[in-house]
Amino acid sequence: MRDSQVDHILPLSDNAVLEFEKPLLRIQQDIAALEVEQAQSGRDLASEIKQQQERMIKKTKRLYSHLTAWETVLVARHGERPRVTDHINNFVEDFTELHGDRTFGDDRAMITGFGRIAGHKVMVVGHNKGKDTRERIECNFGCAHPEGYRKALLKMKLAEKYKLPVVCMIDTQGAFPGIGAEERGISQAIAVNMMEMSRLRVPIVCVVIGEGGSGGALGIGVGDRVAVFEHGFYSVISAEGCAAILWKTNEQRQRAAEALRFTAKDLRKLDIIDDIIPEPIGGAHRNPIATSQFLEQYIGDTLRDLKRPRIETVLKRRQERFRNIASFFDDPSATETGGGKAARRGIRGSRATRSRIASDRSTVGVA
Amino acid sequence: MYMKKREIPAGVWDSCQNCGHMVYQKEVEESLHCCPECGHHRRVNARTRIQQLVDPGSFEELYADLAPTDPLKFKDRVTYKDRLKDAQRKTGEKDAVIVGKAFIRGRSVVLAVMNSEFIMASMGSVAGEKITRAIERATEDDLPLAIVTASGGARMQEGMVSLMQMAKTSAALAKFDDAGGLYIVVATDPTTAGVAASFASLGDVILAEPGAMMGFAGPRVIANTIKQELPDGFQTAEFMLKHGFVDRIVNRRDLRREIARLIDYCGK
Repeated sequence: MRDSQVDHILPLSDNAVLEFEKPLLRIQQDIAALEVEQAQSGRDLASEIKQQQERMIKKTKRLYSHLTAWETVLVARHGERPRVTDHINNFVEDFTELHGDRTFGDDRAMITGFGRIAGHKVMVVGHNKGKDTRERIECNFGCAHPEGYRKALLKMKLAEKYKLPVVCMIDTQGAFPGIGAEERGISQAIAVNMMEMSRLRVPIVCVVIGEGGSGGALGIGVGDRVAVFEHGFYSVISAEGCAAILWKTNEQRQRAAEALRFTAKDLRKLDIIDDIIPEPIGGAHRNPIATSQFLEQYIGDTLRDLKRPRIETVLKRRQERFRNIASFFDDPSATETGGGKAARRGIRGSRATRSRIASDRSTVGVA
Repeated sequence: MYMKKREIPAGVWDSCQNCGHMVYQKEVEESLHCCPECGHHRRVNARTRIQQLVDPGSFEELYADLAPTDPLKFKDRVTYKDRLKDAQRKTGEKDAVIVGKAFIRGRSVVLAVMNSEFIMASMGSVAGEKITRAIERATEDDLPLAIVTASGGARMQEGMVSLMQMAKTSAALAKFDDAGGLYIVVATDPTTAGVAASFASLGDVILAEPGAMMGFAGPRVIANTIKQELPDGFQTAEFMLKHGFVDRIVNRRDLRREIARLIDYCGK
């Protein structure tokens, strides 16, 4: 992968500025104006420019240090956020795509293939949202059909046969809601994937690189480690869908987003995910290369950890990890909610063995 | 002479949702809550279902103390706590799944039944835990497992804790499968979304009641996405049978016999 550009931050592109980023755009325009003035007048404005640039960095950091849940959704869905294909280009060596589910077709919403990550031979599986309009339509904006999930499972089984770990990159609004998807058994495809992934005899690392949408995400989301990027999210339902059902109006999506507690930080607190992978200043879309570097490092370190124990141990911990996700009362006196002793359990089983690389690393590099 | 509708004593007669016939309540109950005229299968709550399925007096309930919490402190227009209290008061149950051991025509089984009267049997942590325990009990005791599914999907008020119950139940079924256990799904109206996309689709044999709604995405969501009308009979048990995802459609009155026969073929 290309050398470190972690302290670099791409300019905001005019056509993809999020509402809350607009103050940053103004600073950027100020900088541009100063540069033009410098060129035209020949005066040395370097110190003014530097001052504005520092202001930009400071303001960006401040904005991104406390995004609302809804702003997180916008960042995670940002059109210029690095997609699975970007990460593959940036750090997967000798990527060899393998197409098709050998039954129905080749779903472009799911990319699968051999590759090398940080020296590990792996099977890469990931949702593809597409980079341009043509590709986005071809892959249904990352919403996979049953054949996509079946292709993913077929390639994971291939990886199992040759003892290659599996790396899943999750980035989807959800499985495709359509007639064909139902006819070809989208429910069954997702269910079978979860069941088989829970007993696949090779290490599995799952990372939500953008958006983790419900069952469509979980269909490639059962693994030994589950991580989410700092400004990614992983939710049981979209904020829009939740608002439409519970508030009966789409207008309340911001409140729904808060209520669902699906940001990386919340999910870590709830013990749903193991790690948070940091993003560069201003989010992944401001520096895709650095984003890929963080991901590469996380996957490399995690695979090294997972390859050490015997596969039986890894499997046992994987099963315990999901087995222990629960929150309930188990007490005869708890006749209604609020009474009795809560038996809230986190994913305790493998906690001590889990690496904390990512959270340690969040302080590194991006300043 | 015709009686005016409001003169009909409540609870004695009502009209079938499907064929519109006025039907005598008692007769409906005798036909296991199916319409005596058209055979339409009505939804039944979990206790009634258990009564209909198991040998009289054989049901021994398990894990009955499990009760829901509010892990997200969720609030929409009302709080999740209030929704729970309301559902608990209306149904007299703690949550949406009842688990136990029972006999069906003399065959010993572990049985789990979902209750659509409890927040549309959405799967939260309690439902996921009870289903998982049922699977584990069947694995330990080397018994066949039958799950009567009915659900609107994952319970969004429990956020990702509820979504993860899909993975948890599916992983438990992998172990049960490894141990060679027989798992029978009885899909009833409605078996959808997160439950459809986990344990309801993983049966060794999948039975479904006639007319039961079965599907992953909500029909309105699909219609809005593809901008066209949905075909007749879309996302029904019959549709799933036609497309190869259901083994048999079974009338409610035949369920006991069919389950017993499957156990004789596959059980140990």
